[in-house]
Amino acid sequence: MEYRWPYKNETGEEERISCDVLVLGGGMAGCYAAIAAARRGASVVLMEKGATVRSGSAGSGFDHWETACTNPGSRVTPEEIAEAFIDEQGGYSNGIAQYICCREGWDRLLDMESFGGKIRDTEDEFAGADFRDDETKLMYAYDYRNRYTLRVWGTTFKPALRKELSRLGVKVYDYTEATGLLTSVVNGRKTNTGAMGMNVRTGKMLIVSAKETVLAMSRPARIWLFDADLPGLCEFRPPQSIGSGHAMGWRAGAAFTMMEKSVPGEFSAAGRSYPPYSAGNNHNTWYAATMVDARGVEIPYVDRDGRILQSVRERYLPAPGQKFFLKGGVIDEAKYEYRGPETMPFDELIKRGYRTPFYADLSRMPEMERKVIWGMMVGEEGKTRVPVLQNYTERGFDPEKHMLQSYGTGWKSASFLAQERQLFGAPGGIFHDWDLKTNIDGLYAAGDQLFASDCAGFAAATGYYAGRKAAAAAEKVCLTPPDERQIHAEKKRIYAPLCREHGVHWKELNMAIAKAMRNYCGAVKNEELLTEGLSLLDSYKEEIVPALSCDNPHDLVRTHEVLDILTVSRIIIEACRMRKSGAKALYFERTDYPETDPPEDAHFITIRQEDGKVIRGDVPFQYWGGLKEEYEKRNQDYIKRGGK
Amino acid sequence: MGKWTAAAVPCSAEPLIFDEELCIGCNRCMNVCQVDIMIPDPEPGKHPVVLYPGECWYCGSCVMECPRPGAVRLQHPLMNRAKFVPVKG
Repeated sequence: MEYRWPYKNETGEEERISCDVLVLGGGMAGCYAAIAAARRGASVVLMEKGATVRSGSAGSGFDHWETACTNPGSRVTPEEIAEAFIDEQGGYSNGIAQYICCREGWDRLLDMESFGGKIRDTEDEFAGADFRDDETKLMYAYDYRNRYTLRVWGTTFKPALRKELSRLGVKVYDYTEATGLLTSVVNGRKTNTGAMGMNVRTGKMLIVSAKETVLAMSRPARIWLFDADLPGLCEFRPPQSIGSGHAMGWRAGAAFTMMEKSVPGEFSAAGRSYPPYSAGNNHNTWYAATMVDARGVEIPYVDRDGRILQSVRERYLPAPGQKFFLKGGVIDEAKYEYRGPETMPFDELIKRGYRTPFYADLSRMPEMERKVIWGMMVGEEGKTRVPVLQNYTERGFDPEKHMLQSYGTGWKSASFLAQERQLFGAPGGIFHDWDLKTNIDGLYAAGDQLFASDCAGFAAATGYYAGRKAAAAAEKVCLTPPDERQIHAEKKRIYAPLCREHGVHWKELNMAIAKAMRNYCGAVKNEELLTEGLSLLDSYKEEIVPALSCDNPHDLVRTHEVLDILTVSRIIIEACRMRKSGAKALYFERTDYPETDPPEDAHFITIRQEDGKVIRGDVPFQYWGGLKEEYEKRNQDYIKRGGK
Repeated sequence: MGKWTAAAVPCSAEPLIFDEELCIGCNRCMNVCQVDIMIPDPEPGKHPVVLYPGECWYCGSCVMECPRPGAVRLQHPLMNRAKFVPVKG
């Protein structure tokens, strides 16, 4: 059945507005950025492709707030945990952002509570539990001794943030995709002067002149993994979050780093994976569930020394002689120093006669641990409230009577081929200074757009930080009028596929890019493969892009996304060409340069484009200097305001 | 580009099931969906039309937003429903 498009056709119409701070992306990072800027008195506009109330990766929930090292129960310092992350990631970490997260995360949780989000067990549902502090009613996860990761009720967070944005007078443009940045040369320096966007339902263009802009959009996705039947499930994060912020940053000349990093696929529920947290496992949301094998024999947990743990409680404590352990979204198999309790390695289990399939069996756990995994964590995390908790309960699942099957090993629920890759586990992104400012004046970045980004707490903390730095900078500059030539060119670019009656559909191009990336930029790389890949992508740009067509603004937005995916794929290949040796922490291998981690290459490589030329930069590890000292040098105002 | 049309793009799954008796056609599910997979039914009061079921992210925000519990249900593609069995021992 064919429908008439239900919204007005507003292509050719435009709205022009101006503000002090423009935030692109209304997820966790963007909302906090807008709140920080508005609190400082800035006029703020926020552009969001979906509806801010539930948009972004954490829109429907999240359960762990990591590295809130300054919470009242914490027994670690921000310096200890940030340094541990940097060391764990072999130097390829974001020290500035990690430190902000460790230092200010708790302040953002207090903000959240003041907005109406739930961060404590106020109903005493878990009174007396090992993981709960009965005085503050805060609930901890992973390391119960050091208490720096909090269990939170993330389903309440986005609606609370949305309400606070309204209260502060932030002008929110929902269902408006940001398509491009505006730049000018001011005092001899390239400067961001705002951005352009398009209403995803009517096609109306929005042009925002801003003194400062914060990029708070997603990390790239659908680069190697695409499924035309279920495109919504190709990746872990929402399907419309594909790295448009990276693409427009690149077009404007922003520098990136670590873009050569990609990891073997972890999730694609359009194929072999099950939806995150919906199958039996003992990681993350499900940590530290009791696992059993096909015979019903319990699978042992071991500490970092291989010592078999006797009780459930020990799964949440550091090993003898270990101060703390690291667990969380970007920690896979931690180094010995930071390794926490884990089930015995899979190969060892098979050797010892354990039989697949394995199951998560919560019935064997103490009541509070069972209830907190199935009911709170599964219920508050990401896409679990309705899709897992509610649906599985309706199907008859009872955690006291049933065990849930595990597929593959660990939390991934499937094994992917080496060339089926994703930007996951602290991937590359925008390179920045201590203000989270990019190399372009007036342009900041936060959350998933930063290099080596982490989870929702990271997004909140860096978003707020970027927002307040942007607001402070806005006090010192005047608005620059937008460059009309850029607006004209952008209109031509974004509407072109609507003007063609017959042509190539976005899915066909996304399919082709993903196959090209698997073939030419898979697990093992060399110069010939990479340049062949680049030449194939170039041919798509020259021959296919001008032939793209679509019937309505919804398809147009999807088409814009694939244009951005093409841009990001090119950044990735160019970045891969620059690193001429293997790097273990980047999951990066080259057959033509087989040496791994030679000292001369142990540093960040940055990449940007200027006038169509790709430009390389080399930046040493730890370019941020001493974390505490450098942070305090720049944030006395924040410290004096008591974390506001 | 004056006249836009849209036809439902079928896929192998059916993520959203509406109960026509319960649904009041308020379109709140449609307006909370960050992937924007629905459009309003041309007939006011009816549940929205899922034009792009394949683009569903299965987050369940539509169900959480619904003022009439049960009016919209989310179901995983059949292949994505994990198996569970009675506990052993």
